[in-house]
Amino acid sequence: MINLETIRKDFPFLERSIDGRRVIYLDSANTSQKPNQVIDAMSAFMRDAYAPINRSAYRMAAAATDAYEGARAKIATFVNAPSADEVVFSRNATEALNLFAQGWSRARLSPGDAVVLTHMEHHANVVPWQMMAAERGIELRWIPLTDDGHLDLTDLDRLLDGAKVLSFTAMSNVLGTLNPVRLLCDAAHQAGAIAMVDACQSVPHSVTDVVAMGADLCAFSAHKMLGPSGIGALWGRSEILEALPPLLGGGNMIDDVRLDRFTCAPVPAKFEAGTPAIVEAIGFGAAIDYLSSIGMAEIRRHEMDLTRYALDSLTERFGSDITIHGPANVEERGGVISFAFRDLHPHDVSQVLDEKNVCVRAGHHCAKPLMRQMGANATVRASMYLYNDRSDVDALCEGLAGANDIFGF
Amino acid sequence: MPGLEDLYREIILDHYRNPRNRGEIESPPATIVEGHNPLCGDEITLHLLIADGVVSDVKTAGQGCSISQSSASMMTQAVIGRPVNEARAIIHRFKHMMSIEDHVHDEHLESPPLGDLEALQGVVKFPVRIKCAVLAWNTLAQALDESGV
Ligand SMILES: Cc1ncc(COP(=O)(O)O)c(C=O)c1O
Repeated sequence: MINLETIRKDFPFLERSIDGRRVIYLDSANTSQKPNQVIDAMSAFMRDAYAPINRSAYRMAAAATDAYEGARAKIATFVNAPSADEVVFSRNATEALNLFAQGWSRARLSPGDAVVLTHMEHHANVVPWQMMAAERGIELRWIPLTDDGHLDLTDLDRLLDGAKVLSFTAMSNVLGTLNPVRLLCDAAHQAGAIAMVDACQSVPHSVTDVVAMGADLCAFSAHKMLGPSGIGALWGRSEILEALPPLLGGGNMIDDVRLDRFTCAPVPAKFEAGTPAIVEAIGFGAAIDYLSSIGMAEIRRHEMDLTRYALDSLTERFGSDITIHGPANVEERGGVISFAFRDLHPHDVSQVLDEKNVCVRAGHHCAKPLMRQMGANATVRASMYLYNDRSDVDALCEGLAGANDIFGF
Repeated sequence: MPGLEDLYREIILDHYRNPRNRGEIESPPATIVEGHNPLCGDEITLHLLIADGVVSDVKTAGQGCSISQSSASMMTQAVIGRPVNEARAIIHRFKHMMSIEDHVHDEHLESPPLGDLEALQGVVKFPVRIKCAVLAWNTLAQALDESGV
């Protein structure tokens, strides 16, 4: 069982109050709060152990290199990657997705080759492919949605026929929908396509096993999983990373440089040009230690329980005044709840909630194609994490009730 | 923190609930311009009709929050029937009120008063919402530029 009392004490942000009231943070799908363990690991490293990595022979530098590589190893274990060398540090999930989309398209795809995406992708898994479609003449195909917010797999085989890549999100950051990752990866492989998974929303909230997923590549960001901003990861099967060209050139990524040519360092250094986010890698590792100490299965169970409570509370209290998007069954969704409240604009709803210190996101959530499908140009989104409890959901309900007073219902 | 009553003034809510000059004008002769707020997804389509150097009609369509919708509604009322140079002066004056532009005083022109629009002054205390308030105005400025007057 998750002990919320001890967990909440680990997060200084949650102890804060504004205008004498505590802050209710329901925007973790956007970015998560940080526990003291992460904050302290980063400041201790900067204070006591900061040194360059991979470049200098003195002991401090060797120790810093070990710490950086140690963080990589923790990430590999966390997602059950067969080898730490298959984990590439990136700036965030967006950069990881670009690294593959741009590199693979330029090196391996020809005009007319097809890449399959879905209608529920975040812009980070749409725009890089659109850029490559324009540059390389690649055809983009789209898996549509069902009315209840799942992927519509009716025509999957036809869409995958002859395709070279299937790139999709494991969980929608708007609808909360959990996609059938294994089934999609298997279908991609059957069609001879590579399967890339945007696991940005799933890795922070559930057990991840890249082997069991059957994926070829997988991208995620530290800042959504209690770690710092500025670092993320791309896991890829080694054959694919070997065949993938680097996106950036510079120091650290080379084996040799002459005036007329260079050769690349082995994977993963090949993809890590320049001085990397060393301190952030330490923080990423500490975040993984923290999550592991609680247990991802426990976290998922807690969030399912809280999501069920939130869905029930919102519908019981507001009935037809609230429209909740995405699957109704908590087995099929994560703790991301997008909704429309009466005919109020999400901006106005979030403004009213902000006055009660309830932090939610209002907007298109970087998924404009999905919003158009839903016929909305924005939603309110409340998203939960291990540190949220029922009182946060209650505060959300109270805040929404307050909107009635202002807008005169 | 400034109170919500600074933001949601009665006049604003009135324009939000009963927006003036919604709709379309056939093009040509109207100039049609679309504006977006990339931050929140708000969209506006503005139809502008100029006749003899005067803003003879403006209509708006699209979705948005109470601030962007009421601002658009009040804007149409403020500029319809005004000579183009006066309309431009009102735009400057409004953006100045939103602390976006220094008010460039045109010596040949007394800028018309903002009237109801003064109600939007409270938006300045909520910096995230300034973009909502000026969306319609930036779109109008672009439409004036595109209509070549
Ligand atoms: C599903 C999904 N993919 C990709 C991203 C991009 O992540 P980042 O901004 O950390 O690169 C996000 C973040 O909102 C997301 O939710």
